[in-house]
Amino acid sequence: MGVGIEVTNLNAWYGSNHTLQDITLNIPANHATALIGPSGCGKSTFVRCLNRMHETNPIARVTGSVRIGDIDIYEDAKPVQIRRRVGMVFQRPNPFPTMSIYDNVASGLKLNGYTNRRVLDEIVEKSLKNSALWDEVKDDLKKKSGASLSGGQQQRLCIARALAVDPEVLLMDEPASALDPVSTSKIEDLIFQLKSQYTIVIVTHNMQQAARVAEKTGFFLNGRLVEFDSTHKIFTNPSDKRTEDYITGRFG
Amino acid sequence: MRTLTDHAVTAMSIAATLLVITPLVAIFVYLVLRGASSLNLDFFIKVPKPVGEVGGGMANAILGSGVLLAVASAIGVPMGIGGGIFLAEFGRGTKFANAIRFTADVLNGVPSIVMGLAIYSLVVVPQGRFSAFSGGVALGIMMVPTVCRTTEEMLLMVPHAVREAALGLGVPNWRSVLSITVKTASPGIITGCMLAFARVAGETAPLLFTAFGNPFLSSSLNQPIEALPLQIFVYANSPYEDWHRLAWGGALVLILLIVLAVSLVRYVTSRGVLKGAS
Repeated sequence: MGVGIEVTNLNAWYGSNHTLQDITLNIPANHATALIGPSGCGKSTFVRCLNRMHETNPIARVTGSVRIGDIDIYEDAKPVQIRRRVGMVFQRPNPFPTMSIYDNVASGLKLNGYTNRRVLDEIVEKSLKNSALWDEVKDDLKKKSGASLSGGQQQRLCIARALAVDPEVLLMDEPASALDPVSTSKIEDLIFQLKSQYTIVIVTHNMQQAARVAEKTGFFLNGRLVEFDSTHKIFTNPSDKRTEDYITGRFG
Repeated sequence: MRTLTDHAVTAMSIAATLLVITPLVAIFVYLVLRGASSLNLDFFIKVPKPVGEVGGGMANAILGSGVLLAVASAIGVPMGIGGGIFLAEFGRGTKFANAIRFTADVLNGVPSIVMGLAIYSLVVVPQGRFSAFSGGVALGIMMVPTVCRTTEEMLLMVPHAVREAALGLGVPNWRSVLSITVKTASPGIITGCMLAFARVAGETAPLLFTAFGNPFLSSSLNQPIEALPLQIFVYANSPYEDWHRLAWGGALVLILLIVLAVSLVRYVTSRGVLKGAS
């Protein structure tokens, strides 16, 4: 089951560039939350702070607190432990090119030392079913490379890979921006199904997408969170003038 | 005009390719013409006969080259790959890594005869005798820079997205490097190892003061040992017509063994590894 995320006074830097400034918000459990805003506004940096991927860049720095469920991820745990609880799907599908479909899905478990074949088989099947890819690949699980699939299938494979380690939160950084409309709608259907079991945070440039999949939406601008409210409110009656300008297409 | 340029460029690249292939084919054809006649079963299973007697083979040199290259690979491949991993993954951007990279490049340029002399004073003199081991060390160290630098280059070519995918799954960095990055780069790393292997397989100079040569069949690491290039060198310099013929046969066998070893490694490593990697 998903857990909620409490972010308090989060600041992030790349070198001397202050990319996130005093972000405070609460992301509800078992819902989809969308983050919108123009390029470079800090929304990707924000999700990367939620699983401590931000700090894999040597010049990056973070202050503030992020509580996921009952733990403070910057105080109580190591980055690798956090990343197992907080899965991530990236903008471009990035399956491991040398691995079969099966091994791609099982990789998170295998690389952490999990070897029970029977359990792995079950988890791989369940994860691929959850990511709506099972029917398309079940006959070539070990025969085909993850890289041989189409872009949309690869992205669903990456979602299955993230689900296989049984996370509580799923971060998606523009998961459909490199995909065609049909694949995009499959990913959106998937988000719709998954949000009953996981807390989903999705970064998107596509405002219709945010409106379709998310209950809550946050609008980022120049490293600040301008407005965070129910998706309906953001798109019909935003409180802030800048939000209104952005969603009506006056800039960005 | 555009088609004309297109044709011209195509024609030029074909011409360049032919120019590259010609010497290779010429050498091989010439070797077969001169060497094939001296190849028979005796060549592979007998040791050389004393001067004046007919017959004999190069079994000692074939076995010796095998032993030397095994020792060389056992030293050069792990050291080179380990160094390359350090340069690309763990030491990236540090002064220490830059120093290692510079040293590897210099080592690559050290003449092979100098390598032989260095190993002579570092291994042969303390050990008190010429040995297969010292020859293997000399060849192994010559493999290191090539293996190290290709490993580094190949690892740096692995897309950042693949590393992020592994880290995003909560895989520790060392595990991600060994199981994901190195594995993704492995076809290129294997090519680097094969290049280094093929290069030292034909080296003569570093063996003159180390492996030294041995007219008897030996596989002991503690004794002097024969090698195909060494024996070719000695036989080709000799005044005897039948030794010249054997030298040609030896050269042909050396080339064939290298081709065989490279193909075998390619075959073994391509099985089970899935295709479709970009």
